Amino acid sequence: MNIYVLLKKTFDTEESIAVANGQIDQSGAEFIINPYDEYAVEEAIVQRDQHGGKVTVITIGDEGSEKQLRTALAMGADEAVLIDTDDDLDDGDQYTTVKILEKYFEDKEVDLILAGNVAIDEASGQVGPRLAERLNMPFVTTIVGLEIDGGTAKIDKDIEGDLEKIEVSLPVLVTCQQGLNEPRYTSLPGIMKAKKKPLEQLELDDLDLDEDDVEAKTKTISIFLPPKKQAGRILQGEMDERVKELVNLLTNEAKVI
Amino acid sequence: MSEKILVIGELQQGALRKVSYETIAAAKQVNADAQVVALLLGNGELQAAAEEMVQYGADRVITVSHANLENYTSEGFGQVIMQVMDEEKPSAVIMGHTSIGKDVTPKIASRLELGLLSDAVSIDNEDGQVVFTRPIYSGKAFEKKVMTDDSLIFATIRPNNIAALEKNASRAGEITAKDIDVQDLRTIVKEIIRKKTAGVDLSEAKVVIAGGRGVKSAEGFQSLYELADLLGGAVGASRGACDADYCDYSLQIGQTGKVVTPDLYIAVGISGAIQHMAGMSNSKVIVAINSDEEASIFNVADYGIVGDLFEVLPLFIEEIKLAGALVS
Repeated sequence: MNIYVLLKKTFDTEESIAVANGQIDQSGAEFIINPYDEYAVEEAIVQRDQHGGKVTVITIGDEGSEKQLRTALAMGADEAVLIDTDDDLDDGDQYTTVKILEKYFEDKEVDLILAGNVAIDEASGQVGPRLAERLNMPFVTTIVGLEIDGGTAKIDKDIEGDLEKIEVSLPVLVTCQQGLNEPRYTSLPGIMKAKKKPLEQLELDDLDLDEDDVEAKTKTISIFLPPKKQAGRILQGEMDERVKELVNLLTNEAKVI
Repeated sequence: MSEKILVIGELQQGALRKVSYETIAAAKQVNADAQVVALLLGNGELQAAAEEMVQYGADRVITVSHANLENYTSEGFGQVIMQVMDEEKPSAVIMGHTSIGKDVTPKIASRLELGLLSDAVSIDNEDGQVVFTRPIYSGKAFEKKVMTDDSLIFATIRPNNIAALEKNASRAGEITAKDIDVQDLRTIVKEIIRKKTAGVDLSEAKVVIAGGRGVKSAEGFQSLYELADLLGGAVGASRGACDADYCDYSLQIGQTGKVVTPDLYIAVGISGAIQHMAGMSNSKVIVAINSDEEASIFNVADYGIVGDLFEVLPLFIEEIKLAGALVS
């Protein structure tokens, strides 16, 4: 099976966010594989080990993205592709990303594409479904179970807490939800091996694209932080008195119950 | 003729989801003078839901009923929505940022080569532009976005953020049942297993009671459910509680998991890791109950009780019952 994983690097979930010059301040931030993409990498490896084939991890990013690709290779992916748009693009949106990916996949044989269901930074959740549509492939989002049987995928899809059992023919694109699997940790031998695995670097030119072909359809005009919350009141006194006061405050002051 | 805005309502087990009404209000914020056309999809009786959409401000409702719309599939719903878009030629299309909205809107945007602004929490008109504000980094920051391509405004809105218009039971509007044949589905829904406890949906709940590691067990969550029932709310959890198997991952609130913005968020035995706070700190009123007075959850709480949750919760439940009894 030819299995592809779409991967994005994101800020570590424990990072606080600051804004500098109207942009998210990236200086000194720790980057990780987007947590939902990690489920996708893990699932790709599991499926390959069951059915044979090759796992290729692909990201659109900058030089620094090599680190997350190497991590995926250390987990067990076979090859990686970095499409470096740092020199060519200032702005882009999901339309841009998918234009580039569509072009990349144009001449590829694909059985299965996996992605995270959402990136924890921009959180649009659009790239997976958008790409599937361009490749004329069915897609299933927020999957929590995947079983491939010949040309058919049997999928458990999370729908806001309920579970949907879906059958779909391959090739298919799926986006992964928490609960699908437990991503493995990288081992030292894995990390050593990853250094020697193929990592292809491409730019827009190599895909016969230029900036105008991938011009974004949406634009960010400002970024700001939410107002800082004032620390509130810690209630004092006997416990039953405190609880009485709390219910009274919620009813009469905050008026939320 | 005035502009038209298409809003797509959503039914869950026969009943309209609240966010459906909110899409109508959102359409009015995009353009107060536009004619709001609502679309409802399903299999069977849609007339009552259509009338409700009118009462909440829709000027016209199109219903499409077909056996292949019984369960949502992106292909089935996508076909119908695109056909209606093609016929109605709206200037904007708005849907809820729900499981279905997140799934079908990018498919349509991609097919029609459109931009899509997902998960908007507010809509403003600034200098003749329609500006959408949306959370990024799970609400640690916000961005304002506009469409650069003026062919069509396409957006999904986060439930619970844009207030629905006042219901007016005497409002009238045209309701049309439309025949569309829905074919060629490649994804087949075999079965839906309802795991959710009956009651309020976590992402739409006005009140959320969330438990953390401090709740100590799945049994410990029972009193959270009891309190949620009394307050008409839903139960959520921290990542720690989910990892420890006290509850299902679908209840997880945080940067991984759900982001919620209820009127009242009660954090029980949750210390307040950054990853969790990203998912709830934009709630209107926050109550923290934790035995550790240093817990960072108190930094965002409007009201805090430092104490043993197993002592506080039973008292809280009693007090709510008493208050309820006084009112009724």
